[in-house]
Order: sequence, then structure tokens, then C-alpha cells
Amino acid sequence: MAHEVKREAITREINSIIATDCGSTTTKAILIEKIDGAYRLIDRGESPTTVEAPFEDVTAGVRNAVHELEELVGRIFLGPDGVVTPRQPDGTGVDIYLSTSSAGGGLQMMVAGVVKSMTAESAQRAALGAGAIVMDVISIDDGRKAYEKIQRIRQLRPDMILLSGGIDGGTITHVVEIAELISAAEPKPRLGIGFQLPIIYAGNKEARKYITDILEKKVDLRIVDNLRPVLESENLGPAREEIHNLFMEHVMAQAPGYNKLMQWTEVPIMPTPGAVGKIIQTCAAEYNIHIIGVDIGGATTDVFSVFGDDHEYFNRTVSANLGMSYSICNVLLETGVDNIMRWVPFEIEEADLRNRIRNKMIRPTTIPQTLDELVIEQAVSREALRLSFIHHKSLATGLKGVQKVRDISEAFDTSSSSDTIINLMDLGMIVGSGGVLSHAPRRQQTALMMLDSFQLEGFTELTVDSIFMTPQLGVLSEVLPKAAAEVFDRDCLIFLGTAICPVGNAQKDGEKCVTVKATMPNGEVITKEVAYGSLATIPLGEAEYAEVEVMPSGNFDMGKGRGRSISKKVRGGVAGGIIIDARGRRPFTLPTDKNTRITKLFEWFKALDIYSMDVLERYMKTSK
Amino acid sequence: MANAYTPGLKVTAASIISKKRRLPILGEVLVQKGSKVSPETPVAKAYIPGNPQSINVANILGCEAEDIENYMKKKAGDTIAKDEVLASSKSFFGLFKTECKSPVAGTVEHVSEITGQVIIRGPAVPIVINAYVTGTVTEIIDREGVTVETKGAFIQGIFGVGGEREGVLKMISQNHDEVLDGPAITADCKDKILVGGSLMTGAAIKKAAAVGARGIVAGGIIDKDLVDYLGFDIGVAITGHEDIPLSLIVTEGFGKIPMANKTFDLLKSLEGMTASINGATQIRAGVMRPEIIVPNEAAVVHESTVDLEGNLDAGTVIRCIREPYFGQIAEIVDLPPELFVIETGAKVRIMHVKLRTGEVVVVPRANVELIEE
Repeated sequence: MAHEVKREAITREINSIIATDCGSTTTKAILIEKIDGAYRLIDRGESPTTVEAPFEDVTAGVRNAVHELEELVGRIFLGPDGVVTPRQPDGTGVDIYLSTSSAGGGLQMMVAGVVKSMTAESAQRAALGAGAIVMDVISIDDGRKAYEKIQRIRQLRPDMILLSGGIDGGTITHVVEIAELISAAEPKPRLGIGFQLPIIYAGNKEARKYITDILEKKVDLRIVDNLRPVLESENLGPAREEIHNLFMEHVMAQAPGYNKLMQWTEVPIMPTPGAVGKIIQTCAAEYNIHIIGVDIGGATTDVFSVFGDDHEYFNRTVSANLGMSYSICNVLLETGVDNIMRWVPFEIEEADLRNRIRNKMIRPTTIPQTLDELVIEQAVSREALRLSFIHHKSLATGLKGVQKVRDISEAFDTSSSSDTIINLMDLGMIVGSGGVLSHAPRRQQTALMMLDSFQLEGFTELTVDSIFMTPQLGVLSEVLPKAAAEVFDRDCLIFLGTAICPVGNAQKDGEKCVTVKATMPNGEVITKEVAYGSLATIPLGEAEYAEVEVMPSGNFDMGKGRGRSISKKVRGGVAGGIIIDARGRRPFTLPTDKNTRITKLFEWFKALDIYSMDVLERYMKTSK
Repeated sequence: MANAYTPGLKVTAASIISKKRRLPILGEVLVQKGSKVSPETPVAKAYIPGNPQSINVANILGCEAEDIENYMKKKAGDTIAKDEVLASSKSFFGLFKTECKSPVAGTVEHVSEITGQVIIRGPAVPIVINAYVTGTVTEIIDREGVTVETKGAFIQGIFGVGGEREGVLKMISQNHDEVLDGPAITADCKDKILVGGSLMTGAAIKKAAAVGARGIVAGGIIDKDLVDYLGFDIGVAITGHEDIPLSLIVTEGFGKIPMANKTFDLLKSLEGMTASINGATQIRAGVMRPEIIVPNEAAVVHESTVDLEGNLDAGTVIRCIREPYFGQIAEIVDLPPELFVIETGAKVRIMHVKLRTGEVVVVPRANVELIEE
């Protein structure tokens, strides 16, 4: 599913590219060049984003980031009017410059629909897929009284509202009622004092006249095709396209310096999460697998997924207040101290833990210097990722309101009781990005954080975005898909390994769980029996493949049924190669007894060699 | 690279301070360029459309939405008083009468024949922005607000709660590492902004609120004391709108941390002067830190000697802002250019610093902060 905004593929010869991502805190620039016929990442530069005071000009940060690139590669890319394009005969400049942006709070939207689980949910998917943060979802059946809805609309100052409701030809009363509430609230946009708030109407086409009568004089009304024309299908494209247009016209045009930046770029600036979603979709199609991408930032955690036989189910969710700095205290608030401490193999006073987490919030750019600080930070990240994934699964569902025919086997299948389309057993790859995953001191830490938070099942390739360049590659893939795919494959993704996670549980630790027979690239056969409650690895290099036969014991399933063997060619990686997780699934539980839990954690950390165990033991001893 | 830069908090005895005072919607500016203003001077005013009230008249009267025009006693644009009849209907040959009265006074804004809803708009609500600091209006932003400029001391804290307040500074702690506790706060603290040393305790906050103090400034605060006082936990770092009678500002962080000597000494030198404070904090792009502004016409403003980007060099005094040296003041010994493997296993740029104890230790460059002048 391609992004709908009009960015046309470029056919002229492009040999050098600069792409920037203006994030909320940092502006990152990458230089890509064609070497021996293939596009490769040459270098990257970064600098603080300058949207806010005292600079109030995003191009200052872009200039600084590109200037760092200039220093690193010893060439000139900048001229008085920005990044010089095309590349000049004297070598100055590049052939094309592109950018994404989430600075200044990104794209903040409110969505409204008639029924919470139907049109409102479709509207939410349209907004999230376009790269927005959804501030609230208003619907007739959301449990709030009319005056409460009006108050809420008045209180929030979104960048735009997406209004939907009703199938084409259906009842118009309810969607008109929502429009009346919006009109009564007289909402104002976040940016641009004195400007009218853009509202996109993507509902029942029969109601357009009434919606126009009610809203036209008060807001900047745009009308597009119904995003749920019939109950059985969504048509999110036109709404997403209009969101992107308005993002450029209103949000970007109001943000300091963006008018200038828009003149520098040949291709429209894309919201960062929209660009990441695009590359995740490209990746799913390229590798022909189901995929989950996660980006854990300081303020938010975005989760993307692509499932379906034809990769037709693309979903993105943003957990707006689950992050590792700005909103780190909200992770603590939502999950509780106990859930964080269950991942920590030493004791710490609750008051001390809370003060440390608060201090990370108020000084977000600091890094853990001591191992205990790192372990705590990674424990918090496990919970932020876990909660974000629960949120994602709840929204990545099939269309509700559609009658389904279930056969007898589905009726008895307890695992499909939820409507989520996320089936971890079918997942082929998980891509992690964001500081805590991309910059973990050891890659094994990233692998274990993802295993613990997502509770992966069956076979899953674990990967991480090496330097967080997926946004730039996302916008690049719109105009130069070959360049984006080549850089993504060769320079962006780091393969950590393939996880083998049998689903099921045994009575007690130590019972037989799984036997893995791996035929290594040199022909050697390694057989490993892994007991329930354990983690183990079979080393296999990043670019190496092995044929594995996985033989689960009677209580465990690798996708073919309990106790049934399965064979597969798997890829290795830098974080252990083949990682066999026999700790149990559905559910995975940590021991409730404190000492047993600490012993198990230590054992798992040791098995994957994730920390310096001598140092960790020191903290364990001092905390006793 | 022989040096590094790091963001710092401003602590300065004399500087020119500009504050933009903006309305949330377009309105009217009430002062002229050059006007002298005090914190309470209104500088701009606007009217927010009144609260709307929706009433489903069709449901109340039990009629079809498309018929409600026939029953309306008021039309769009009419004013209506509270409890005045908005619409009425008769049934059973006029024997029964159903009335729909307006729950609020206002203007009928919209009558819908699709939904049967009627919207009544209450009177417009005025909002007034005041000057916040004593100073001079130096810029008029047409229909939006003004810029007020003042000369004096400017101190940024690291975290705060509560909005804009004004009061006379009063030192309660006599030393930068002294704890500000409840018994030290007496009735004469009313309307004052109180300054403590290393910590404001939960008891001190409660007592200060009880005697009517306007604010407290101290080095640190215990997370639990803050949560207890507010009655809720702060999840996201956006503050300033808490409904509390005084504003709290910490200069160093969470926990018991002595206030930096320089900050404490400056505040001490300003005792008895009137300060404008704001606890509002937002930690994201465009970081907003809590602030203490003490206008002082006599202040002599010198050109800043510190680079705006906060360049660090050997000899510069910094503050460690992460464990294991959190809160300690130290002097930079050197800044090796090569990457260094720290205890976590991460390879990072570091600096060697000399703590006040004389010990020289390694600190990641990301974990120090400069106090800007």
C-alpha cells in the first residue's frame, strides 16, 4: 500500500543525495552516494533542532547537521540558499535534497466518527497511518455527554480534525450531530493565531451539504471521499492524502523556518512517522514477510505492523506518552514500580528509583554511566515497549461491524478470541529503532529487550536500525525506491539474530522444552537441547545462514502444532546468532519469589552475555 | 576536539530579559510601546466565544427533528434568558403541553432540523493577559500581545510546578545545603517567595501554602512529597497549570541536592526584592524551564563572557547531572578527544573532572551541565 501523497518517482540520474530528518530534539542528515553502481550510506551528521526560541528557524539546525557532514567528508554541500542542488561541476552540492519532520510536536490531530469501534476507529487508522499523533477520538457512543465533548474539543488545539461517520447512503443524523458539536466548540488550531482550523470531512457523502452548511463559515473545511463507504471496507487513501496536503499547507507553513526549508527540497516534506511507515511497508514487500517496526523515542513510542497474505494490513499506532525521557515518568505511572523492578536483578529503594526516573525526565540528554543505571533504564524501556505493543494490538484489528463467518475450528480456538490481526507466529521480522534500542552498549541487550517486551513466538528475525535513518529512507523510497532499498538493506539494518521461541509451558523449570539441530555454513551440525525456563544461543554470523530443525516437546508449539518438528533456513546476527528462548509463552511469567526471580534474570543475562557479569554481581551484592 | 558544549541553566545577576505576552486568540492590545508596566498591568485582552450548550429539543418534545422549527419560540440569533421557554408543543388536542426551557442565558446559535439539536451560546468570556514583570513595553504584536523588557537578575530552575506569581524574596535557609522544613516557616512568610537550600520537605510545602506564601525555591524535592502535595503523579514533563496556591521551583533536581553556591548566593543578595516567578516546565524541543526574574534598574549588564553554545574547557566549573556523581560540582581537568569505554560498556566522549573532594573522576560529556552567566 503506497502512501497517497503526490511524490513522483525521479527518473533522472541521481548519484548523490542528502536527506534530513528534523526531529523534536535532533536534526539528522545522511549522505548517500552511488558507488560502483550501488547506493551506499557515506556518512551522517547531526545537530540540535532549532524550531524553537531562541533560533525559531528549522533551517539553522539543518545547516548545522549538513555542515557536520561537510566536515566529515571534506566537501561543500551548502550555499547561501540552502543545500546546493544539483551537484555542480566543481563537486559542490548533491543531486537531490529531501527531508522529513516531526519537529515542533509533529502532526497533532483529533478524529471524530459516529461509532467508536467503526468509523471513528477507521478515522483513527487514517490519521495514524498519515503520521499523526491522535490527541482524542470523539464519537457518539464514547460515553461522554455532549457538553463534555464540546469542552474537550475547545480545550485541545489540534493541527486539524478528521471527521467521518456513516456509510454512503446511510443515516446522516449522527454525523451531522458530531459536526454540530464541533461547530459549537469553535476549535482553534495549535499554530497560526487567527487562522481557521482545517477540518477534513470523510464521511457519508449524502451528508456533505449539511456538513458544509454547519462548518463552512467557521473552519477551513475540506471534503474527501468517505473513508468507510461500505461496512466491509475502508478507503483511507483520500483522507490520508488530504492530511499530508494540509500538513504542508498549515502545519509546516506555520512552523518557524519551514517555508524556507520547503523551498530547499524538491520533494514535499513528509511527517517522520509517515516516512518510517513507508519504509516498513517497503521492507515487508521486499523481503515478503510480515513485519513489526518499533521506534521508541523520548516522548512517544510508534509501532508499525504489516500483516496479511498480500501485506494488505498496514497499521501504525503512536503511544503518545510512553517514551524514555520527556514521558518516562508516565511509563512508571502506567505500569507501576513492581513491573519495572521485575526486570532488575538487584534491589533498590522505591523512592530512589522514582527520583532517578524523574531526574532522567528533567535532564533527558544524559546517559547511564553506571551499570545499575543502564539496567534500570532498559527495564523501563521493556515496559514502555510492552505497553505500546498492547496498544498497537488493540488497534490493529479487522474491521468491526462486519459479519464474520467462523468455522468450527475457529470457534474453539482460544488464541483467536481477540480481533487483533497481529499473529506473532506469522511474524517474520522485528525492526527496532530509537536511542535505547539503537544505542544499547551491547546488541544482545537490544535483542533481549525486544524478546521480553514483544514476547515473540516461533521464528523471528531480530534487527535494529543502526543509526536511526529509517525516516530519511522512507521519504527517499517515494522518489528513488532503488536507492532506499539498497541503503536499507546494506547500511541501515543490523541483523541481531533469529529468535526461536516455542509457545507453551511446562510444569517446572528444567523440563524438556526444545531441541534445535543446526547445520552450520561449514557443514558442522550442532544440536542443542534447551530446558524450559532457559535461554541459549548457537553462534551464527550476521551474513550467515543455517538450516535448523526445531523439535519442540509435547507441550510446545513452533507453528505446526504441539510437539511437531519444523525446519527452516535462518539468518544469524551480531547478538548471539540463533537465540533459543525456552522461557515459555502464553503466558511468559517471571518467578514471583524475589530470590528465584533474581537468579533467573542473572542466568538469562549470562546466557546472552548482555552485561559485564562481574560488575552486575557487584551491584547485586551491595543491594542485598 | 578539545572542547565540548552542553546546555546549561542561566543564573545571572544582571541581564536584559524580554518576555512575550501573547493572547491565545486574536484580541486587543491595551498598552502602547514605551508604556511602563508592573506585573499586574493588563496588557492585552480578548473574548473567547461563550460556552455552548446543546439541547436536543426534538427528544424533549418528542417530535421529529425536521419539525422542530414549528415548535421553536426562539430563532437563531435571538437572545434567551435562563429558564425561558425555548420551544413548546401541544398534544392530545391541546390538552397536554410540553415545554423545553433554556438551561442557560445566551444566544440561540443553531437550530438543526437534521438532529433536532439547538445550540445556545453563553456570553463571551474575557481573558486578560498581564505584564508578569515590571518593565517597559518594547514591542506591540498587532492584536496578539506585547513584549515586555526589563533589566535585572534571571535565574532558571530545572523543574517546577505552578504558574506565574509575584512576591518578595525571603531567605529561610542560611546555607546552600540546609534543608527547608516546616517549622522554619512562620506567619511572616505570607505573600513571600521563600528560598531554601538543598531540599524543600513535604511539611515545608504544606506549611508555606497554609501561611499564604507565593512560592518556594530550593535545590531539590523528594518525588513522593511532590506527588503527595499535588494529589496526582506527573507523567509527562509539562507543568505550570496545576491548581495550587503557590509555585515550586527546584534548581538541581529530585532528591536532596545542595543548591549551587552561585545560585544560592545570588538569591541571598536579592533578598527583600520583588521577584516574578513561574514554575511552568516543558522538557522537549524548545525546553521551557521554571524561572525567577528580579527586576532591578540599578543592575549593570555586561556582555556575556560565555559562548551561547556553552563551550567547555579545562578549568570550567560544571555540575554533574547523573549518577554516580549526581548534583556534585566539579572542575574540568581535561577533555580527551578519543572515545572512552565507561562501566556500562558504552563508548562515549568523556571528560576528567576534579570533584570538591579533590578526587579526579571520569564523567560522560553528556552528563554535565554548565551554569550559564
